[in-house]
Amino acid sequence: MKVKVLFFAGLREQLGTSSEEIELPAGVGTVAGLRAHLKARGGAYEKAFSDKSLVRIAVNQEMVPLVNPIKPGDEVAFFPPVTGG
Amino acid sequence: MKISVQREDFDAGAEIRALSGDSSVGAVASFVGVVRDVPMTLEHYAGMTEREIAKIVEQAKSRWKVMDATVIHRYGELQPTDQIVLVVVAAAHRGDAFAACEFIMDYLKTRAPFWKKEHRPEGARWVEARSSDDEAAERWQSPLKKSG
Repeated sequence: MKVKVLFFAGLREQLGTSSEEIELPAGVGTVAGLRAHLKARGGAYEKAFSDKSLVRIAVNQEMVPLVNPIKPGDEVAFFPPVTGG
Repeated sequence: MKISVQREDFDAGAEIRALSGDSSVGAVASFVGVVRDVPMTLEHYAGMTEREIAKIVEQAKSRWKVMDATVIHRYGELQPTDQIVLVVVAAAHRGDAFAACEFIMDYLKTRAPFWKKEHRPEGARWVEARSSDDEAAERWQSPLKKSG
């Protein structure tokens, strides 16, 4: 299945990209699975996703836990803890 | 309810007056956040930001007798003394207005997807989230403190 992945702030800079369409391998059906898939790319991805507490995740613009399922066409955003206000 | 995420500056006085026009309003509380010390760039997740702020305002309305609220948050390049964020809450009485205004700010700081990058003389760096902000938001979950 294909999903749209977004990266923000320090994570976007670390990875050198703000968004991409990803074709997920069969068997990847949760946010945790997608995260592991990205981390397995190695290099900057491995580093960026190695500390779980520093990455927040939203699916279709709603904050979700790692166990959250994903489906084709979802917009999945990864970002650091927020610092607005 | 008015929510705006914008590059442009805002007129806090005009926004406060706009929520003071109803004769049943007896209290209008407001908060303005201002850039301190160094220039910064504010990034946000367009779409989700507005949704998160709307959810926070709805929560405030469910907890206190809030008649109307305005939240404006800026993004882009900002200089020291620039205004960043405005929260205005109108209620019949000050207790509800003060509490809801503070609640909205505390939740906004930990839930709305904004990120600050400071441009210091020694280089640019992303601001790290502070645990004191998490604690400020969490205290609203305790029935013993400021639950209105």
